Amino acid sequence: MAVILDLAVQGAQMALVLLLAPLLVGFIRRIKARMLRRRGPPLLQPYRDLLRLCRKEVVLAENASWLFRTAPYMIFAATWVAAALVPTFATGLHFSWTADLIAITALLGSARLFLALVGMDVGTSFGGIGSSREMMFSSIAEPAMIMIVFTIALVAGSTQLSTIADTMLTADVGLRVSLGLALVGLIIVAIAENARIPVDNPATHLELTMVHEAMVLEYSGRHLAVIELAAALKLLLYISIIACVFVPWGLATNGSGIPAHALGLATYICKLAVGGFLLALFETSIAKMRVFRVPEFLGAGLMLGLLGTLLLFVSRSF
Amino acid sequence: MAVGAVLTCVAALLALAGVGVIAQSRSGASRLVYSACLALCGVILAVALSRLVAAPGPEPALTLPVGLPWIGARFRIDALTAFFLAVINFGAAAASLYALGYGEHEEHPGRVLPFYPAFLAGMNLVVLADDAFSFLVAWEFMSLASWALVVAHHREADNVRAGYIYLLMASFGTLMLLLAFGLLAGPAGSYAFGDIRAAEHAEWLAGLVLLLALVGTGSKAGLVPLHVWLPLAHPAAPSHVSALMSGVMTKVAVYGFVRITFDLLGTPSWWWGLAVLGLGSLTAVLGVLYALMQRDLKRLLAYSTVENVGIIFIGLGLALAFKASGLAAPAALALTAALFHVLNHSFFKSLLFFGAGAVLTSTGERDIEKLGGLIRRMPQVAFLFLGGCLAISALPPLNGFVSEWLLFQAILLSPDLPQWGLKLTIPAAGAMLALAAALSAACFVRAFGITFLGRPRSMEAQAAVETDPLSRAGMFLLLAACLVAGILPGVVIDAIAPVVEAQVGLKMPPQTSNAWLSIIPIAESRSSYNGLLVFSFIVFSTLLAVEVIHRFASRALRRAAPWDCGYPQPSPVTQYTADSFAQPIRRVFGEIAFLARERVEMPPPGDARPARLEVRMHDLVWQVLYAPIQGWIQLGAEKLNHLQFLTIRRYLSLVFLALVALLLMVAIWP
Repeated sequence: MAVILDLAVQGAQMALVLLLAPLLVGFIRRIKARMLRRRGPPLLQPYRDLLRLCRKEVVLAENASWLFRTAPYMIFAATWVAAALVPTFATGLHFSWTADLIAITALLGSARLFLALVGMDVGTSFGGIGSSREMMFSSIAEPAMIMIVFTIALVAGSTQLSTIADTMLTADVGLRVSLGLALVGLIIVAIAENARIPVDNPATHLELTMVHEAMVLEYSGRHLAVIELAAALKLLLYISIIACVFVPWGLATNGSGIPAHALGLATYICKLAVGGFLLALFETSIAKMRVFRVPEFLGAGLMLGLLGTLLLFVSRSF
Repeated sequence: MAVGAVLTCVAALLALAGVGVIAQSRSGASRLVYSACLALCGVILAVALSRLVAAPGPEPALTLPVGLPWIGARFRIDALTAFFLAVINFGAAAASLYALGYGEHEEHPGRVLPFYPAFLAGMNLVVLADDAFSFLVAWEFMSLASWALVVAHHREADNVRAGYIYLLMASFGTLMLLLAFGLLAGPAGSYAFGDIRAAEHAEWLAGLVLLLALVGTGSKAGLVPLHVWLPLAHPAAPSHVSALMSGVMTKVAVYGFVRITFDLLGTPSWWWGLAVLGLGSLTAVLGVLYALMQRDLKRLLAYSTVENVGIIFIGLGLALAFKASGLAAPAALALTAALFHVLNHSFFKSLLFFGAGAVLTSTGERDIEKLGGLIRRMPQVAFLFLGGCLAISALPPLNGFVSEWLLFQAILLSPDLPQWGLKLTIPAAGAMLALAAALSAACFVRAFGITFLGRPRSMEAQAAVETDPLSRAGMFLLLAACLVAGILPGVVIDAIAPVVEAQVGLKMPPQTSNAWLSIIPIAESRSSYNGLLVFSFIVFSTLLAVEVIHRFASRALRRAAPWDCGYPQPSPVTQYTADSFAQPIRRVFGEIAFLARERVEMPPPGDARPARLEVRMHDLVWQVLYAPIQGWIQLGAEKLNHLQFLTIRRYLSLVFLALVALLLMVAIWP
């Protein structure tokens, strides 16, 4: 019985992240539009966009290779697996021990590597500029993420996300300087990794500063739909990680009954809404920065992570 | 006896070198030599694996009556030797298989065939040796055989210089090892490893030996700042030999370091770990930054070898630090991670060099700025090279990720170390390791993207053809090894366990008995990773996504001109180049690491001269370390030149003074 419930929870989680991801994107767009005094698209617009893209034909560049056609699925699969392993509403995920936080970071790294490669496949200068900048950002964002994982893992005693969430749920963690540093660092990394303002602008096209959009410029139809869904999943994943590590309250613990899971689900959706709202608020109140300011921004994230780890190496009580 | 069997194979390899000399220019000679090498390496591999898995009790050393008359030459196989024998001979077997196809393109087989089996024999002998004398002889034999292979194409520009610098650095390294073994053997001169192991070594002496061993083996492995020869020499050799030098010979150097510091020296001091760790993390980051700036594909791979050697030494340094503080379990974890990375790097670096060799034979180009679009002309090589890139960029579910993951887990255990020096450096080393991993992903996106993707940048790239099936078979073998080691890491960890137990006194908990074949390095932390499930999940979700999309979405597809925001440029020079790809990273890191400066020269309006962009980069290691040394040697040589023009009386008095000085030394020496 317990195993069946575990499996059901895992399956529900995989479906849930997939279903919620476009909604989150729609919600953020809506909030941003409202803050700019526009009416904004309906909440369900991202689903409609995905369906529309799926129904259209694919226009493929003449010289696109096999990699160009397979990579969208690889990107999607890696992101989906990573998102499915983050505890969203329950910590007792049956397969959460498959990959820890470091592995989840690396899975996202795989997705990014494929994305950067396909940016160069057709041989256009826009694709190249996107890939080159993406790899420059990731070369700082990834170590920053690893140092933040170190900080969190040293506090929780494990890199396993469900174990971390369980530890964070207990009262004896308390307020810690290192966790504060890690939170700020993680937010910086999340903003950069999801190509949000001030690092990149998800709404822009035909602009030399774009990064993510430049890489996927040659994609159309179902391929583009899959990539857009993967991007939405990634945003959801980062908010879920932040929620599960720093605000774990409401998560259904291992072996608790169905009411606890329902409560977990409700709190999770609230957390997503709050996270999305804060992101929209942040994005509307700040301007995009120049590309070569981004390494400084990300470097701050890296230094915060390193500082958090160092503090914990000095004393476990920080 | 296992030693006897392996030594027979090594003797057969040496004999094969003779065959290579005789049969060099006949047709079919290279096929004969490489297939014999393949068979012999296969036999040694089987013996080594059986020793490693079955792990029978310790075997006595076999003493052969060769070498110095009163010492003989001792050979022995213990767990450490068996592990490295397996690494060497798997790499060598794959290289021989690849060379069965690749060797046909060789213009002068007579310059490669005799030395190739000799090189393999030399590497095997180094790890088999059980006394300092035969170790050093085998080490030098290996260096000389590989030197001969480096200068095989001596008519190409720069190869002779590469060979010269290699020879110089190799002799320097051997000199350091000679001094290290001299100190270890002590005045009694007992050179057998068994005697050295049993003897007590004073702390200062052990520290000195550690430094000498670090310099001696580090110069062969390519530790910064002793790496200068490596990116010159490794690419100069034929590609299958480059693969062996980068993927396997650097591992022999790692073996030498592990043998001396973990096995022979006894209990380490805490600062050893600090020195090795510091040098390792510096090597990792600088190596990959250099790799990112290279245009030559093989040189890029050679610099990436420097990076991976750095990662291995980070693991070894951590293991030394833990061992010094008596923390056996974390030491076992760190050493396992280092040895796992040794294995992994031998797989994927050989694979990548084979890919570079295939590109080289097919296009005649090593400069990636002249390549491009090869994925359409050589789809299989592109697939295999991509696999290697994913593995070396430490991405799950391939093998490179597992060893780095284990290393990160070991770093997470280091707050238990009592020394402040280590507490403050290890987080920085962890950050350097993460930085190196991320930069290496960028480096291989660049390498693969510029070489295989985009549009061809030259006629040669446009006319490339798929390489021969035997070469591809060698690459498939290695990619399969990468995948298996990545999805079944527990099996590898358990195979390494006896090696680790012999060196640090404890092994990691057995992994293959865990549920679903997960790996759980430390039971208390419950951190786990399951390559098999990650792999199946990825395959499952990919298939699911493909199935759903193809069933419910439109399947229409139309080929059209690239979109490129409406302004597609027909000329391939408008693509991103390798240099422009690396430019943002050069701008972020290059100002510190290479003192990189960019200068834009804009002629005034009306002037017909073209605008120029000039980038200047400096090799700091060369400028800070080698150029001054060169200057001093030059200065010393000039001063000593006066001694050539003295009268006979002066010479006699010099001889007399030298004699007095030596006698005084003997009199004063305790």
